[in-house]
Amino acid sequence: MKQVSTIHGRAIPLGLKNVDTDVIIPAHWLKTVSREGLGKGAFETIRQAPGNPFDVEDFAGAPILIAGDNFGCGSSREHAAWAMLDMGLTAVIAPSFSDIFSGNAFKNGILAVELPQEQVDRLLEVAREHPITIDLENQVVTTPFQDRFAFAIDPFRKHCLLNGLDEIGLTLERDAAIGTHERKRAASLPWLDAPTNKRREPA
Amino acid sequence: MPTNPRTLYEKIWDAHVVERQEDGTCLIYIDRHLVHEVTSPQAFEALRIAGRKVRRPDLTLAVPDHNLPTTPRTAPDGSRLPIADKQSAAQLAALEANAPAFGIDYIDAVAPEQGIVHVVGPEQGFSLPGTTIVCGDSHTAAHGGIGALAFGIGTSEVEHVLATQTLLLRPSKTMEVRVEGELGPGVTPKDLILHIIGVIGTAGGTGHVIEYRGRVFEEMSVEGRLTVCNMSIEGGARAGLIAPDDTVFRYLNGRPYSPSGEAWEKAVAWWRSLATDEGATFDKSVVIDAADVEPTVSWGTSPEDVVAIGGSVPSPESFTDPSKQEAARKSLDYMGLAPGTPLEEVEVENIFIGSCTNSRIEDLRAAAEILKGRTKASNVRWAIAVPGSGLVKRQAEAEGLDRIFTDAGFEWREPGCSACLAMNPDKVPPGERCASTSNRNFVGRQGPGARTHLLSPAMAAAAAVTGRLTDVRKLMGE
Repeated sequence: MKQVSTIHGRAIPLGLKNVDTDVIIPAHWLKTVSREGLGKGAFETIRQAPGNPFDVEDFAGAPILIAGDNFGCGSSREHAAWAMLDMGLTAVIAPSFSDIFSGNAFKNGILAVELPQEQVDRLLEVAREHPITIDLENQVVTTPFQDRFAFAIDPFRKHCLLNGLDEIGLTLERDAAIGTHERKRAASLPWLDAPTNKRREPA
Repeated sequence: MPTNPRTLYEKIWDAHVVERQEDGTCLIYIDRHLVHEVTSPQAFEALRIAGRKVRRPDLTLAVPDHNLPTTPRTAPDGSRLPIADKQSAAQLAALEANAPAFGIDYIDAVAPEQGIVHVVGPEQGFSLPGTTIVCGDSHTAAHGGIGALAFGIGTSEVEHVLATQTLLLRPSKTMEVRVEGELGPGVTPKDLILHIIGVIGTAGGTGHVIEYRGRVFEEMSVEGRLTVCNMSIEGGARAGLIAPDDTVFRYLNGRPYSPSGEAWEKAVAWWRSLATDEGATFDKSVVIDAADVEPTVSWGTSPEDVVAIGGSVPSPESFTDPSKQEAARKSLDYMGLAPGTPLEEVEVENIFIGSCTNSRIEDLRAAAEILKGRTKASNVRWAIAVPGSGLVKRQAEAEGLDRIFTDAGFEWREPGCSACLAMNPDKVPPGERCASTSNRNFVGRQGPGARTHLLSPAMAAAAAVTGRLTDVRKLMGE
C-alpha cells in the first residue's frame, strides 16, 4: 500500500446522504477482471445530471469528496474504492460511513474521515471556493480559515496508512499463531475441517 | 470456570480470535469462504503476482451466480451454450480457471447444485452454525439465519482470507432487535425485515451486529430466517444472527457438507451452547411489536423508504430532517410518484421473483399459492421466477410449481442473481416499474432508470395478478 500522510486540495461538495455503492459505481461496470479504468463509470448517474458538482471545472482532479451520512452503503464491491481512486479521489469526509466501504477505502489508501454533521456543513461551505487539508498524523482537518476539526481513526489503520504497510504481508508473519489456532480448532471442533472433499464422494 | 454472560455474537467471536493486538484489533479465523465471479478475479490475480497460495482450499467453495444468464445453459445435445456478453463470459471464465488452479472446489454453471452463493451455502451444509463465514458480497449476512457470524467483504479482504484464512477486525457493537407478539396472516419474514429497516433506518445498524430475538424467529422456518438476516446489511449492520436451534439442526442434517455421525452429535452439542446467555447485555436494543407489521412495500430509492401496503406515498415535507426531505424529493422524482398516491394504485409492468433474499422453495411456494388458477394482468409485460439454485428448481418442479408460474404467464428461469442487480441480461427497462422480491431499490439497480418496489414473494404474485401493488390478503383464501 502507498504511504498516506497529508492530503491537500479542492474538495467536491457533494453533500448527499446515503450515497450507495450502486451510485458510486453501477453494476454494469463490475464485469471487469482488473482494478483499473473504473473512474469513467464513477458516480455515473449523478454525473449525467447537468450542473452536478463533478462537472465544475474547479473540482477537476480534486482529491477530496465531502458527502452526507452513511456514505458507501449497500454492496461490498471494492470497485467503489477503485473507481474513486481512478478519478483521483484519495479522501472522503462524511458524518458516517458504511462498515464495508470504510474497510475497502482503507485497504486502498483512501482516507474515510468522520466528522459531525455541523463540521461537514462548514466544510461544504468552504469547499465551494477554497482548498481543504487533511493531516492524518495529527488527525485534524483544516481550512484556510480558523477551522480545525479533529477526527478519530482506528490506531491500527492509521499506523498502516502512515507507513504504507501491506496487511496480508503483516498477517503472513503470524503464520505460527494461525497454525496454533488451526490445531486447537481441529481438536475441539473437528467437523470444521476439510468439508469440501465430501461433495465429490460417490453417492 | 464461570464467565460473564455473553451474547451469541460474542461467543462466536471469542471462539475465532487467533490473536488480539494491543490496539484491540483481532486476527479472526475464517471457517468458510464462499467465492463468486465478480469480486474474486482481482484477488486471485494479486495472489498470482505475489506468488501466494490459498491457505485452506478445503474451507473455500466457488460458484458462479451474478453474470450467468437465466435462460437455458445447455443445447439439446447437452453442450454448454456460449455467453453472449463478452465481459461476463470473461469474468465467468476467470473463476472457472482460478478455482482449480488454486485447488478450490468449484460448482460449475451447469451443475445441479449451482445457484446463488447465499442459497447454495446453507443448502449444501457448507454454512454451519457458530462458524465465521465470509464472501465478497454484502448479502453474506444471510447465513446468520442458521446462526453463523457471516458478513460481506471487499476484494482486498477476499485476497487476505485466501492467503491467510483470517481477517484483521475490530469487534462490532451488539444490537438486539426484539420482536414481540406474532405476525398476522399474510405477513411474511420479508415484510418483517422491510418494516424493521423502516424503523431503524439504513444506517441504524452501522458498526453493529444485529441479533434478532423473540418467538417470531423461534417459530420461523430456516428460509424465513435467511431472508431476515440477508437484509441486515440494508439496515447498516454487516451481520445479522438468529440463535441456532432444532429447526436449523433438522434443516442441516444430512446435507452434503454437513458433519455426520459422531461429529454431528458433537457439533449439535456445541451449537446448542451458543445461544445468548441469560443476563447478557446489548449495546443497543430495539423492540418491534409484530402486530404493527403489515404487508410492506418500498416507495423510494432506499430500503428504509417503506410503507404498509394500505398506506400512501409520503410527502417529502412529512420528514423532519431537511436532508431526508431532499432525498425523498429526489426519490419520488426518480420513481415517478406523487405524494399522497395510495400504494395500491401504483401499476407495475414487471415482476421479479428471485434473488438471495427470496428465491428459496418456501418463497416459490408462497408465490405459487397466490398464482394458482390465476394469470398475470394484461399490463404486466414481463414476469420471471428465478429459483435460487438448481436444487430449488428441481424441488419446485417436483411439486408442480413451475407449471403454476408458467400457466400464470411467468417465465421459469435457470438459477442466478438475475434482475436483482441486472449484471446479466435480465433488466427492467428505463422508466418501468418492477415489483421485486430482491433487496435493493437503489437508483439504477435493476437497470438504468428502472423503478423498483421491494416486497415479499406473495405480494409480488398478487401484483402480477392485479397489475398493481396489492394487499395480498385480499387474494388469500378465496
